[in-house]
Amino acid sequence: MPILNIKNLIHKYMTYDDSEKNQEIRAIDDVSFSVEKGEFIAILGRNGSGKSSLAKHINGLLLPTEGAVYVKGMDTRNQEEILQIRQSAGIVFQNPDNQIVGAVVDEDVAFGPENMGRPTEDIWRRVTKALEDVGMTAYKEASPNRLSGGQKQRIAIAGIMAMEPECIILDEPTAMLDPQGRQHVLSLVKELNQEKNITILMVTHHMEEVLLADRVIVMQEGKIAADGTPKEIFSQVEKLKKIGLEVPPAAELAYELRKEGIPLKDQIITKEELVEELCRFV
Amino acid sequence: MSIRLENVSYKYDENTKEKSYALKNIKLEIKKGEFVGIVGHTGSGKSTLIQHLNGLLKPSGGKVFYNERDIFETGFPLRELRGKVGVCFQYPEYQLFEVTVLDDVCFGPMNFGKTRQEAEEISRRALLDVGIEESIFHKSPFELSGGQRRRAAIAGILAMEPEYFVLDEPTAGLDPAGRDQILNLLKELHEKKGIAIILVSHSMEDVAACADRVVVMSHGKILYDGDKREVFSHEKELKEVGLSVPFYRSLAGDLRERGFMIREDVLTLEETKDAIMDILRKKRNNA
Repeated sequence: MPILNIKNLIHKYMTYDDSEKNQEIRAIDDVSFSVEKGEFIAILGRNGSGKSSLAKHINGLLLPTEGAVYVKGMDTRNQEEILQIRQSAGIVFQNPDNQIVGAVVDEDVAFGPENMGRPTEDIWRRVTKALEDVGMTAYKEASPNRLSGGQKQRIAIAGIMAMEPECIILDEPTAMLDPQGRQHVLSLVKELNQEKNITILMVTHHMEEVLLADRVIVMQEGKIAADGTPKEIFSQVEKLKKIGLEVPPAAELAYELRKEGIPLKDQIITKEELVEELCRFV
Repeated sequence: MSIRLENVSYKYDENTKEKSYALKNIKLEIKKGEFVGIVGHTGSGKSTLIQHLNGLLKPSGGKVFYNERDIFETGFPLRELRGKVGVCFQYPEYQLFEVTVLDDVCFGPMNFGKTRQEAEEISRRALLDVGIEESIFHKSPFELSGGQRRRAAIAGILAMEPEYFVLDEPTAGLDPAGRDQILNLLKELHEKKGIAIILVSHSMEDVAACADRVVVMSHGKILYDGDKREVFSHEKELKEVGLSVPFYRSLAGDLRERGFMIREDVLTLEETKDAIMDILRKKRNNA
């Protein structure tokens, strides 16, 4: 059974305006896909393409207008199962300052398991383990507001890990971080995926981040415009540019050189691949 | 015509511990009409530096000159300076507060003594310059997209008609299309209106694409200051202080190591493509 199954998902909302007529917007417009346990998926798309709305459906923060979202077979519309769904699939948001509730790091991380009604020893076991997982044990008694953005994001991830989830959804988790903070968060996410087999769905604009994933889903105007491996997706340079997305610089340069008649092989997306290929010509 | 920092130091508290210095002995002159990129690791002093450019912070040591006048001497019109040197902080859209976009942009010029009518005229122009259409002027800032909000906030500073425009990470958190809009806007302000742009950024690509001159900060000091091609030739030293060089510059380095002798100082896609094609054409002609 896939861990996530999204079936003909539609999400509509209305905008109200003093002067203009009320308008119906389809943030998500008939989207279907499924995710197997252990996949690392990057969700790519312009602002307003529906990627964040999609992310919020996965743990029931938004509910489908039509269609359905199943997490481990549980329907997010079923209120009785919503707590269990949120334990299985946790979400990390863009702004590290908006998701910390505790005055001390370990209390913050304990928030989830506390709400699950776990016994005290079990809460502390989970907190200790989660802080270890994200490499923040040394800060367990620190005040979150003295941490850097990258450290706060790691605490936010620990808060989810403490619920022992199977899936983590990250909505542009590095958008507000500096390059070092970004690197720390990304290597953590990759490690959780590879070593703990946690399923990852990460919304992002950054090409280097997309290249970490096994699979890329490209959203455009509420629909899935492409779904495949990074190599498959990024060799479609023209299509991506038309959608208004960035292409990894190596792929873009390879594309430009091919246009000049240089017979480079297909599916070059990293600097190393491009260097290797160009050296064949000298 | 310039802003000049003469041996500027800034420390957080009066304990003269070495550690508490955010800036140490900075010598920097930015002339009217320049486009300068400022890069540096988090904590390197970039933000502290830019707050000295319009007197938001007072140096603990050294002096700041605007057109060769010490800005902290008695009688210097500091308030006017803040109109001439506009500073756009990170996430400026969080500072939008008025009922409509146009009102928000009018706030600055009206504070600088313009009448409502004058302010509106300037503000309309500023909004159009940043690519915000007339139809959005009377909307609430909260109805706008993230990229639009950011541009509206930038218009708020432009409406003060600055000669120098300092921006701290103006593209952070935007999607690629939003980022390109902002960068193109800065290039236009620089080229068409002659406004000096001081761009603080983590993105070497953005700086390489827009700025002419790059200042590298590290531990409160200026590590490099010069033409962007010269500064980005120090790949090894930049890496040591936690910075990278633009992708194409790094690609050129790797190619040269493998005997593909492309010119070293490329910074953009176009330049790199041309440089590679030159070499491949020569090969073809020799064969």
